[in-house]
Amino acid sequence: MNHLTFNLNHKTQQIILSLLLIGLFTFNCEMSEAAVLADDRADIMTHYYSGGNVTAQGPALLVRKGNDKSYSIFASYYVDNVTSASIDVEAQASEYTEKRDETALGVDYLYNDTITSISYNSSEESDYLSDNVNLDMSQEFFGGTTTFNIGYSAATDTVKRVDNDFNEELNRYRYRLGLSQILTPNWITSFGFESIAEKGYLSNPYRSARVLGAYVPELSPSTRTSEAYSIRSLTYFDWRGSVRFDYRAYTDTWGIQSDTVEIGVSKYLGSKNILEISYRTYSQNKANFYSDNFSAEMVYMARDKELSTFTDTTIKAKYTYHMFENDNGFFSKGTFTSSIGLIQFDYDDFTHYQTGEKYSYKATVAQILLSLWF
Amino acid sequence: MSYFTKLNLAFIGISLLLTGCSSLEPWVQPYEREILADPIMSFAREPSIDSHFSHVYEVREGAHGGGTSVGGGCGCN
Repeated sequence: MNHLTFNLNHKTQQIILSLLLIGLFTFNCEMSEAAVLADDRADIMTHYYSGGNVTAQGPALLVRKGNDKSYSIFASYYVDNVTSASIDVEAQASEYTEKRDETALGVDYLYNDTITSISYNSSEESDYLSDNVNLDMSQEFFGGTTTFNIGYSAATDTVKRVDNDFNEELNRYRYRLGLSQILTPNWITSFGFESIAEKGYLSNPYRSARVLGAYVPELSPSTRTSEAYSIRSLTYFDWRGSVRFDYRAYTDTWGIQSDTVEIGVSKYLGSKNILEISYRTYSQNKANFYSDNFSAEMVYMARDKELSTFTDTTIKAKYTYHMFENDNGFFSKGTFTSSIGLIQFDYDDFTHYQTGEKYSYKATVAQILLSLWF
Repeated sequence: MSYFTKLNLAFIGISLLLTGCSSLEPWVQPYEREILADPIMSFAREPSIDSHFSHVYEVREGAHGGGTSVGGGCGCN
């Protein structure tokens, strides 16, 4: 009954919020200057992840096409071919392979200075299904120097196991706000806030907690609410380059607090090449029901390394080559981009199940991307 | 009043506060924004790559939200 009440409350809130926002944004700044829709564009990408005995790779496709004036339709398709024998799987199960397909379809609608975006995306794998509906609106103010964004998402996930008929549901609601501000002719900054409410099955059906060395099924609370605050800054310098700074603070009702800092430098090399080098560091403390090895049984118990105290650092390099620019051809512009990131994960209170030593691993993330504008 | 009722009201309140504000003059004029239109001055130059990195982090870190990924899915065992 509580579950039903939660759903009804949020569905009612969703409808009221959507109607009010559409009305407010439509009539607020009717006489302001026109915003611009995103360019017509096609992205063809192949992506790769390898780390901690997990490999995920596959293609991704993004296409966006509009009429330049009032609407832009976008669709994407993303595939993860996963082979996993991670430490979590090793301890309690065997290596497995699976495929995850993610599809998305949406439309941006421009009216006066307001862009309304409605999209649907779905992710499907053998033991996890997710359906998301997203509503976003952005509005320019002060002659286009300030952009305000507001968004809402509702998702229903189905959590399953491949080896039995286990089937549980998870509902997720995301509220987000953003403000981008042009500060000077060469400096732009943005602020973001996102709150996520989840209710349902939030454990992992394959994973176990450890009590006095013995493995027992893990159990997490059935609700979780989080808040993330972010600030971003991007500044252009006379050496034909820019410096980006990102910071995010995160907290949730499971007791996790984290900080994320990223600094990136982009620079033109000649007229057709852009090189970006970035460094990212992330740190979090453990959830209040996490333990590597519980000394007694508790109501909620988890040994997910994602809920432990750990840090990870990423060094990333991205190279973009502007292949052509031609106003008369079918494709007006084309770029080729390759990117590689090296991530080091270091866990403070998650140990290897065999050696008992603190766990750590390295991961590699790479993408090759062809972008065509038309 | 629940947390999310308050959040909804805050969203609506912020929208109301912005009513009519577009008539104010910008302090960075449109003709001064050539540099800001350069690709290296975009927070989302390659959205496909950003989205992939966000997914990689979201399934391996305790924090989620505040990024570019809104999709679900796991791929995390």
